[in-house]
Amino acid sequence: MSYKIKFKGPESLSGKEFTYCPGCHHGIVHRLVAEIIDELGIREKTLMVAPVGCSVFAYEFFDVDGTVAPHGRAPAVATGMKRAMPENVVFTYQGDGDLAAIGTAEILHAANRGEKITTIFINNAIYGMTGGQMAPTTLLGMKTTTSPYGRSAENEGYPLHMAEILSNLPGVAYLARTKVNKPQDVLKTKKMIKKAFLAQIQGKGFGMVEVLSTCPTNWGIPPVEANKWLEENLVPEFPLGVYVDKVGDEK
Amino acid sequence: MAEKVMVKGTEAIGEAAIRAGCRLYFGYPITPQSELTEYMSRRMPQVDGVFLQAESEVAAVNMLYGAASTGHRVMTSTSSPGYSLMQEGVSYIAGAELPVVFVNVVRGGPGLGDIQPAQSDYFQATKGGGHGDYRLVVYGPESLQEAVELTAKAFDVADKYRNPALILADGMLGQMMEPVEFPDFRDLNTLPDHSSWAMQGAKGREPHKITSFDINEYVLEKMNLRYQEKYKKIIENEQMWEEYKAEDAELVIVAYGTMGRIAKTIVDMARGKGVKAGLFRPITLWPYPYDALAKLADSAKLFFTVEMSMGQMVEDVKLAVNGKKPVEFYGRTGGVVPTPNEVLAKLMELI
Ligand SMILES: Cc1ncc(C[n+]2csc(CCOP(=O)(O)OP(=O)(O)O)c2C)c(N)n1
Ligand code: SF4
Repeated sequence: MSYKIKFKGPESLSGKEFTYCPGCHHGIVHRLVAEIIDELGIREKTLMVAPVGCSVFAYEFFDVDGTVAPHGRAPAVATGMKRAMPENVVFTYQGDGDLAAIGTAEILHAANRGEKITTIFINNAIYGMTGGQMAPTTLLGMKTTTSPYGRSAENEGYPLHMAEILSNLPGVAYLARTKVNKPQDVLKTKKMIKKAFLAQIQGKGFGMVEVLSTCPTNWGIPPVEANKWLEENLVPEFPLGVYVDKVGDEK
Repeated sequence: MAEKVMVKGTEAIGEAAIRAGCRLYFGYPITPQSELTEYMSRRMPQVDGVFLQAESEVAAVNMLYGAASTGHRVMTSTSSPGYSLMQEGVSYIAGAELPVVFVNVVRGGPGLGDIQPAQSDYFQATKGGGHGDYRLVVYGPESLQEAVELTAKAFDVADKYRNPALILADGMLGQMMEPVEFPDFRDLNTLPDHSSWAMQGAKGREPHKITSFDINEYVLEKMNLRYQEKYKKIIENEQMWEEYKAEDAELVIVAYGTMGRIAKTIVDMARGKGVKAGLFRPITLWPYPYDALAKLADSAKLFFTVEMSMGQMVEDVKLAVNGKKPVEFYGRTGGVVPTPNEVLAKLMELI
């Protein structure tokens, strides 16, 4: 009897077991990125930069050349790589603590230079790895281990909207904000990630996809509820949609 | 080798780097090394290289990390406050074992300090600066010719050991002009092949992973022990120093870089006064030439360390001499360069 493989994991994942908590969206997004790398046929020339945060091991989960940048510096590391190897495809994978706090300068300037790199930005409104502290993306009133009374505008300022800020920069060629908490969102997000890579491959400039994500562990709610919480709280604060698209429709 | 040309220090180092095969430079302006950044912005496009002015030293050092991880020869330059900002990246680059070359044209500190020449970054350069158990190969040139030669050497040594190297100059060296003989351009095809570890795309091979990282303490300890093995080899093979009239010296001045050069004049002045003086000038500040200096402790009566700092290298001199003979110190700080006369006066007091 012979078997036919009908469904298998993407080649661009190493097969190493993910270390993420149950219900965490990091794993879903990893898979989407890997599928796109496969579809574009770029696995053998892709270089990835993993962040500091829960996805610090991303360099091991992807079956491509990879490194780990210091906290927040992935866009600078990716810039150095891309300038040295312009024919290769370079992407960074960063959380909100990484990209919107310690690494704000690096992402802003890489985007503004129109650096031909792709950034996957996971916005779960919290610092996951270090145990649930406040992020720049934490919602007003949201309780975290360092905003135990709820984030207040007077003390900590307002949630930072990276997609909106970066969308004003002419160097940005593709920019979208999305979510993966429902199957139809997953399909939409996949198309967006593809375009963020195409922006680089076509030499048009910087591409980024911001994915609103769950952190059930640090939000302190079960996965299914976390998906609902995301829908009801994160989506109203962080409007979904395509902010910049210089890639155009596929033929 | 071509004829001698008159150049400025910062530019001499830049040209030497390009001739050594450096084709990527990332930096951020700061006095007294901004001309090196400017020089690279002019020269890199002429040799099909990459020049990028980063948004900060923090970004520059990480661009360096990224470019170096692809196996290319890369360099950055800065001055003291900028080098402090780079320490995060220096530690990561050392941990990831990437061969890069740093240039720190030291100025007066701490803090914003001033823009005058100083040697007060010695501790930071030779004892760490960033976090973790790591070492950089550190060169302290005394002249532009030596700076040019050491820059080429720094790239080779960095490649050989997969370890960052640092040219520790000072504002005097950066700003002065001198005739220099440049080596020929290195044929890029003769540069060491880094394809066995570099990130160039996993075509037909297992992916390469470059990190300074392992969450398991036993694995990380092993990584550290491997670094230490490498440092041991560097200590065995890479020590450099110069002795000037030291064979019969009863009083040995120990000084490096610009101060080492000035000290030659002081030795001659002292000899003119009948004092049997000599100079020991470490060229590698790490690995420090402890054994060579210790040998002099058998014959010399007194060691006299002179620095453009409040006495940072004097600790290494004391380590080398190991209590066998007295070690005195004289230094000026904050960007003041000791004059030969004032050092000589101090020296005459000592004997
Ligand atoms: C320089 C520096 N500061 C702080 C840390 C500690 N740290 C590790 S992960 C992290 C937060 C990461 O949060 P985020 O980027 O949102 O990613 P997540 O864990 O939520 O996926 C922090 C502060 C560090 N590693 N380096
Ligand atoms: S702590 Fe949060 S972000 Fe990190 S793996 Fe767990 S659920 Fe995901």
